[in-house]
Amino acid sequence: MDFISILSIFVLACFVGYYVVWSVTPALHTPLMAVTNAISSVIIVGALIAAAAAGSPGAKWLGLLAVVLASVNIFGGFAVTERMLAMYKKKERK
Amino acid sequence: MVAPFESAVEIPAEAFPPEAAVHAVNPWVALAYLIAGICFILALRGLSSPATSRSGNRYGMAGMLIAVVTTLVTHEIASLPEILAAIAIGGAIGFVIARRIAMTAMPQLVAAFHSLVGLAAVLVAVAAFLNPDAFGILGADGNILTVSRVEMALGAAIGAITFSGSVIAFAKLNGNMSGSPILLPGRHLINLGTLAAILAMTAGFALSAHAGPGEHPIFWVLLAASFAIGFLLIIPIGGADMPVVVSMLNSYSGWAAAAMGFTLHNTAMIVTGALVGSSGAILSYIMCRAMNRSFLSVIAGGFGAQGGGGDAGEARTERPWKRGSAEDAAFLLKEAGQVIIIPGYGMAVAQAQHVLREMGDLLKEHGVTVKYAIHPVAGRMPGHMNVLLAEANVPYDEVFELEDINSEFAQTDVAFIIGANDVVNPAARNDRSSPIYGMPVFDVEKAKTIFFIKRSMGGVGYAGVDNDVFYMDQTMMLLGDAKKVVEEIVKAL
Repeated sequence: MDFISILSIFVLACFVGYYVVWSVTPALHTPLMAVTNAISSVIIVGALIAAAAAGSPGAKWLGLLAVVLASVNIFGGFAVTERMLAMYKKKERK
Repeated sequence: MVAPFESAVEIPAEAFPPEAAVHAVNPWVALAYLIAGICFILALRGLSSPATSRSGNRYGMAGMLIAVVTTLVTHEIASLPEILAAIAIGGAIGFVIARRIAMTAMPQLVAAFHSLVGLAAVLVAVAAFLNPDAFGILGADGNILTVSRVEMALGAAIGAITFSGSVIAFAKLNGNMSGSPILLPGRHLINLGTLAAILAMTAGFALSAHAGPGEHPIFWVLLAASFAIGFLLIIPIGGADMPVVVSMLNSYSGWAAAAMGFTLHNTAMIVTGALVGSSGAILSYIMCRAMNRSFLSVIAGGFGAQGGGGDAGEARTERPWKRGSAEDAAFLLKEAGQVIIIPGYGMAVAQAQHVLREMGDLLKEHGVTVKYAIHPVAGRMPGHMNVLLAEANVPYDEVFELEDINSEFAQTDVAFIIGANDVVNPAARNDRSSPIYGMPVFDVEKAKTIFFIKRSMGGVGYAGVDNDVFYMDQTMMLLGDAKKVVEEIVKAL
C-alpha cells in the first residue's frame, strides 16, 4: 500500500468516526470513553510484531512490555464497558 | 521503494511476488484487518442506544480478537510462550481492575487506561526504532524509511504526551494531587517552545542521513521533550475541567495508534485510531460547548485559580437565605406532582446515588413523577452522572439531557439539586461579567420550590462564583453531606 491509499483510509475513517460518534447518546458517553480506550489498544498489533521478531533483544522486551500494557487495557476496557452497559436498564412496566 | 523483507506470512500468497513484505500484504491479511476495523466501527455504532450497546461491545471484542490472531498467525514468532504469558499477565490485571473498580472512580480509571495506551505506543515506536527490520521499514541504504521516521516520531511524541498527561489527570482525579491549577510563570512560552522543538526534531530526524536502527540520538531527546510537554500541558488545568482533558487525552491516544498504524500500514490500527481520535475530539467539543468556553481557553488552563469569587464572595454573607429540614423537604416532596432531581459531582463524592434512587422510589409510591436532569459537564467525565444513576438502578428513560428537560421546570413543583452548583446558576444567563456567562444552565428558578443540598454555605462552585438560587424565596438550603441529608429525607418519608 502506498502512502496515499493509507491516507485515504485514514481520512475516510475520520469521517466515519465523526458521524458515528455524534450518534452516540450522551447517556453513554462514559462507556464510549471506556470502549474507545479498549479499542485503541489495537496498538497491541505493533507490540506483538516487536515481541515476535528475532534480532533485537531490546526491541523484543519493549514489545513484550507493550503487550502487557495493551492487554491490561483490552481486557480491562472491554470488561469495564460490559459492566457499565449491563447497568443501563429500562423502566420495568408493571 | 519498499525494502526486501524476510516475509513470515504463512497464509499462501502464490499470486504475489516472493518479496511480499508487510507493505505489500497478503490480501487475506489485509482483509482480516479491515474486518477488525469494521468491528470497531460497529462497536461505537452500538452505543447509539443502551439497547444495542452490549452487542456493540461484543463487536469490539471480536475485532480485537481478529486483529491479534491475524498478527500472530502471519508473523514468524520467535517467542510465543513469552507473548502468551504477557497477554495473560496483562489480561488478568485488567480484568481484576475492571471487576473491582467503584463506579465513582471511573474517571480516574479511564485516565489510567489512557496512560497505558500512550506508554504502549511509545514502546512500540521505540521498538520500531531499534528493530525497523521487523516492521518492514528498513530502507535499502540501511536507514529507516523517511516517511516511517516521521510517523514513528509523531507516534512516539503523541504517545508520550498521552502518557504523562494522563498520569497527571489521574493524580488530579484520584486526589493524589491537588485539583487546583498549578501555574508556572511563562508557561505558554515554555509550552509553545517545547512543541516547536518537538516538530523541529521530527523534521531533523526525518531528514538525517544517519538513521539506521537505533542510531539517531535526536529520537531520545524528542521522546523526553514529549514526556515533559504532556506534564506541562495538564498541570495548569483545574479539577472540574478534567472532563475536557480526559476527552482530549482519549483523542490523543487514538492519534498515537493511528500514527503507529501508518508506520505498520495496518488498516485496523488506522481505522481505530481515526475513530478514537474523532471520538475524543467530539467529546471535548461537547464539553467545551456545555461550558461556553473555547477549547483553547480550557487547554490554556488556570480557570478557577483566582477562587474566592471576589465581590460576590463578600456579598454572600449579607444576603438572607432559608435553611430547610429533612422533614420539611420530605413533606413537600410527597405533595409534589413532579420532582426533577439535578445531580452533580457532589453526589458522586458523597456516593449518594443509591439512597437517592430509594428516595425516588418512595416518591413514586406517593404518585409523584420523578425525573433526573443531567448537565453535559456534571461530574468529572462525560456521562459520569448517567453511569452512577444506572449503577443505582435508575431506569435510563427517567434520565434526561439539559435541552430535553429544561422547558419542564415551569410545570415542576420541586427542583432537587444535589451536589451541583454552577449548572443551575442563573448568572450564566443574566450576568455578563460572570465567568460562566453564556453557559447553558437549568432554569431551576421556574420551579415552585427548590431544594439545594450543599455541604455548607461557605463553598462556591468550581467557577468560584456566588449563586443567586441560594437566596431565592422558594429555595430551601439543606446543608450537610449529600448522602446523610437524603437518608434523613428517606426516613421522614
